Amino acid sequence: MPLKMVEKIGGSAIEVLAQFGDFCIFVWRTITWFFAGVVSRRSWRLLPPQLYEIGVRSVPVVAITGGFIGMVMAVETYSQFAAIGQANRLGTIINLSVVKQIGPVLAAVMVAGRVGGALAAELGTMHVTEQLDALRVMGSDPIPYLVVPRFVACVALTPILTAYSDVLGIFGGWLIAVPFFGIPNGIYWYYSIHGGVDTWQIMEGITKAFLFGGAIALISCYKGFTSGAGASGVGRACTESFVAAFIAIIIINFVFAEASKDMYNAIYGLRSVFG
Amino acid sequence: MSLIEFRKVSKRFGPQVVLDRIDLRVERGQNLVIIGASGSGKSVMLKHMVGLLRPDSGQVLFEGRRIDNLSERRLAPVRAQFGFLFQMGALFDSMTVEENVAFPLVEHTNKKRDEIAVIVDEKLRMVGLPEVRKKMPAELSGGQRKRVALARAIALDPRVILYDEPTTGLDPIRADVINELILKLQRELRVTSVVVTHDMHSAFKIGDRIVMLHDAHLVFDGTPQQTRESDDPIVRRFVTGEAGDEELAALRDPVH
Repeated sequence: MPLKMVEKIGGSAIEVLAQFGDFCIFVWRTITWFFAGVVSRRSWRLLPPQLYEIGVRSVPVVAITGGFIGMVMAVETYSQFAAIGQANRLGTIINLSVVKQIGPVLAAVMVAGRVGGALAAELGTMHVTEQLDALRVMGSDPIPYLVVPRFVACVALTPILTAYSDVLGIFGGWLIAVPFFGIPNGIYWYYSIHGGVDTWQIMEGITKAFLFGGAIALISCYKGFTSGAGASGVGRACTESFVAAFIAIIIINFVFAEASKDMYNAIYGLRSVFG
Repeated sequence: MSLIEFRKVSKRFGPQVVLDRIDLRVERGQNLVIIGASGSGKSVMLKHMVGLLRPDSGQVLFEGRRIDNLSERRLAPVRAQFGFLFQMGALFDSMTVEENVAFPLVEHTNKKRDEIAVIVDEKLRMVGLPEVRKKMPAELSGGQRKRVALARAIALDPRVILYDEPTTGLDPIRADVINELILKLQRELRVTSVVVTHDMHSAFKIGDRIVMLHDAHLVFDGTPQQTRESDDPIVRRFVTGEAGDEELAALRDPVH
């Protein structure tokens, strides 16, 4: 009995490691094909449809969530700040939270849900209907043809969507704090900038969005490529892709926060350079 | 030298052995038909021929050169010599019929757009579907989808065409259209064909050699005439379509 249990645990561990190894090979192949494709006109031709699908069509969902989260933050924090007589500083906390954490993470989660799920479903369906094999038989590697354009579009556009989410979040917060709660406009922005948001923090949010975009694309495409047979297999691939991308976003966010803080402390003397 | 050769090819998926030390030679110009029960590994054999699957042991050779150990990149020129008709067609559903057929030409030749249009038109005429070029795959019937897939498979004038269950899921008349089409392509393009099927009518009509895969082994190799006259019980049962005691045992089990 204990031997069987050890066997089972060992078997699962080997399976997880093999899958991780497989994913690493997939990532490596995507990156090598990415550099090979930079000089190819054919690769550039595949990019615009993905930029539209991943970027333009994600704008409404990112805009709505970004705007409303800024508004909710203003509603939830106003009474606390007003109770200690610091309502004028509401802009600091809203805008800092939005550009450092909420904007990038929320935009990435939205992209993971909307785009990641769609990528896994599309590629998973192509996998189960043998379209990926058809590509390979016709001498076209599916990685440069399908994965690289989606990877590039996600990496390039998640930061732009994040910036969009940031702007809408800031606007949403202002909309509640100033016209509704009556905080003076000039004071709201004064405290947001002095002792609040600076260039370093904005860039921190935008920079990690590149990593989020890359992780979402790679995980979703990998899940699509390895989906199980039939509709249930594709469905499972979509769910797994969102869950894995979400976990990756949270982990990258934590590691990046630590690394960014260390870097900020290390170059503290140069902070004036960053505004 | 044979065109395609399997040397002691073995393949397993998990605990299930699908191919067990298979030896096979496919000669130039031959129309080889691989028959066998559903799930017996016929498609797996076909996919080994173009490197879509790699053997666990053994070798696969094309024109005397080993291909089972080539990288995807080095396999591309070998694959360009093959046309592959997938069981469900595997047409790219985001592209029109025309774009599907043009795909290999756009990707692998430097032909101009109007030259490609002429070839697409010619290939669609060969499969008898010149009128569907602007349609999406979802708008086609099962038989039309297979014929368009065949037009795409022959777009680069391959030397070998591999057919995976070309008549499965079609009514007898449409299945016969596909059979005639395969024979027409063999006559006009002088290609080597390997057809995987469990449709015996189709096998007798298009094959000049038939091999049977059973329990991971090739249990029969002969002409269509020899297949008809075979007294091997496994071959006989398959040809006549009679279920044996083993297959019927499950039906006889009392229902609890």
